[in-house]
Amino acid sequence: MTPDYYLVLAAILFTIGAAGVLVRRNAIVLFMCIELMLNAANLALVTFSRINGTLDGQIISFFVMVVAAAEVVIGLAIIMSIFRTRRSASVDDANLLKY
Amino acid sequence: MEQTVEYAHATGLLSGIWLLVAIPLASAAVLLLLGRKADKWGHWLGVLAVASTFVLGLLMFFQLGGLDAERRSAEQSLWDFIAVGGLHVDFGLLFDPLSGVFVLLITGVGSLIHLYAVDYMEHDEGRRKFFAYFNLFVAAMLLLVLGNNYVMLYFGWEGVGLASYLLISFWYTRPSAATAGKKAFLMNRVGDAGLAIGIFLMFATLGTTQYDEVFTGVSALSGGTVLVMGILLLLGAAGKSGQFPLQAWLPDAMEGPTPVSALIHAATMVTAGVYLIARSNAIFTANHTLQTVVVSVGALTLLLGCVIGAAKDDIKRVLAWSTVSQIGYMFLGVGLGGGAYALAIIHLLAHGFFKANMFLGAGSVMHGMHDQVDIRRFGGLSKYMKWTWLTFMMGWLAIIGIPPLSGFFSKEPIIVAAFEREGWTAWLYGSAALLGAGLTAFYMTRLFVLTFHGPKRWTEDIHEPHESPYIMTVPLMLLAVGSIGAGFLMSTSVPDWLEPVFGQEQAEAEPVLAHWLLTTLSILVTLLGAGLAWALFRNGTAEEPEPAGVLVTAARRNLYTDAFNEAVFERPGIYLTRALVFLDNKGIDGAVNGLAAAVGGSSGRLRRLQTGFVRSYALSMLTGVVLVVGAFLAIQLGWLA
Repeated sequence: MTPDYYLVLAAILFTIGAAGVLVRRNAIVLFMCIELMLNAANLALVTFSRINGTLDGQIISFFVMVVAAAEVVIGLAIIMSIFRTRRSASVDDANLLKY
Repeated sequence: MEQTVEYAHATGLLSGIWLLVAIPLASAAVLLLLGRKADKWGHWLGVLAVASTFVLGLLMFFQLGGLDAERRSAEQSLWDFIAVGGLHVDFGLLFDPLSGVFVLLITGVGSLIHLYAVDYMEHDEGRRKFFAYFNLFVAAMLLLVLGNNYVMLYFGWEGVGLASYLLISFWYTRPSAATAGKKAFLMNRVGDAGLAIGIFLMFATLGTTQYDEVFTGVSALSGGTVLVMGILLLLGAAGKSGQFPLQAWLPDAMEGPTPVSALIHAATMVTAGVYLIARSNAIFTANHTLQTVVVSVGALTLLLGCVIGAAKDDIKRVLAWSTVSQIGYMFLGVGLGGGAYALAIIHLLAHGFFKANMFLGAGSVMHGMHDQVDIRRFGGLSKYMKWTWLTFMMGWLAIIGIPPLSGFFSKEPIIVAAFEREGWTAWLYGSAALLGAGLTAFYMTRLFVLTFHGPKRWTEDIHEPHESPYIMTVPLMLLAVGSIGAGFLMSTSVPDWLEPVFGQEQAEAEPVLAHWLLTTLSILVTLLGAGLAWALFRNGTAEEPEPAGVLVTAARRNLYTDAFNEAVFERPGIYLTRALVFLDNKGIDGAVNGLAAAVGGSSGRLRRLQTGFVRSYALSMLTGVVLVVGAFLAIQLGWLA
């Protein structure tokens, strides 16, 4: 069983995540798509680790999970407070910071 | 021709030369600084300052006369004026025979005119200021003639220019007076620039501006350098003396009060050009072409002045053009060189008397006629202003050269000297001088007859013109005495007196016509001109100028010299400034403002990229990452190799 399939899967997952970030407006869905991209990256890292026979990739993927967890905490908090003030979770409505 | 010039040191009374400049200067300072406090007595201080300077000058003059001919000069260095590198200029004064006669003319005629002005300016609020400027003028003029180097001369030269400007536009609330002052100042600048460059050239080639060193060194210079130096000095002289091509300011200068016209624009300041050339005789004698240029300027100007003077109706302007013309005679004299230098100085002194006399006479007439200046509106005044009439008559007879009045002894020798040149130039310049004498007789007689004789053509508001008070007529009488006697007295004494300055008179060349014939001719021409004017204007003239032929119209418009100046210098100047303003506004400002607008505008467009939509930022980040990764891959896989 070649590791290439895992890499292809990682690429597909990442593409789905990126496309989701670009086309969806709901902040929660956006968040999930970001998680998808992060996990695609994790998968790629683990796969490379396997291919090279070293543990580096696996260790980095743990870091990624920790960072992702921290991000979720802060990100959800921000989304909650935006939703409270605007009654909307659409990222296109939160466009005040512009020219 | 090797020539060395040395001046003796000042001794005795002559060591107080500086007082001659200091007294009027101090008086001017007091009058200006005290302001209104000095209003009550300021004019008398002004008169006193000039009169005491006259007495002092007279004493010094006599002491100078007591010295030997070789040592007849007094030089005094007061302090280092400028000492920078190789340039060293003393604040030095020189009292020699030439300066001496000028000092006497300036302070003597000046005192009389100051006295006259006490009454003339009586009803003017600015009388104290007037006397302050007047004293300032006397101080500057004395510095001009007493300096012992060209920088001192230039100092005085600018000083009289300033005083002249202040006094021409003394009634500055009148636009015409303000403009005339500006015109005089600007035209003088043209000449002064020439003089300044001439002095620079002197320093560059000779390394000094002291008179004695310059005159000694000039014989070693090349002919071309001397010519350029002389032309530059001549430009300065022409500017100050109202000679062609810088004559246009002088007649307009008559906008000033009449005593100013008499002292500054007739008797003294305008003769500074003649003084400059006479003083620089070593430079002008050293180059024949230069002398020809000076003679030509003189001859041209004297005819120009006569022709225009004959067509003017303003009494002061006729006298002003006559001044231009008479100074033309003086330039003719100093240009001829040799013995004619002294003749020019004699004419200058005699002119100082009779022209000041006539200007003050004109002032007296205006005083009695409600400031009317148009000779078409005078007539028959001889009955009402006896003293003015008599003294003016002396001035008139003197200027047209009727023997034995002073003009005859001063002008006729210049005419004869003009005939003493070689070949056809004798005929050219001689006949110009002779023609000028006839024209002078014509226009001065016209002026005299229209003012004092013939039917009354007064304006309605005048019933009985009054004679001026004695404080005005006494100076007139004294000047009239000068107009009568000065010429005869000076014709023999002055050439001897000035010998230390101009050198030994060379053997006289014979005139192309016999001497007695020329004298007779000049008297005949004069009588012809005077007789013609008498016949034409005995019965008065129209009260308004009538349409006239081409020549008279041209002369009324100053032979189109003003129009020429306007077309050639003024308008191109105005267009040039307009073009520069346009270039500045549209070109330079346009480039700077355009750049700023371009930056501002394009950043305004670029700003629109910041949409505020998170997803569009994400797209651009993704695009960037894809590009970077693509580039890495391209290099890694050797696609670009």
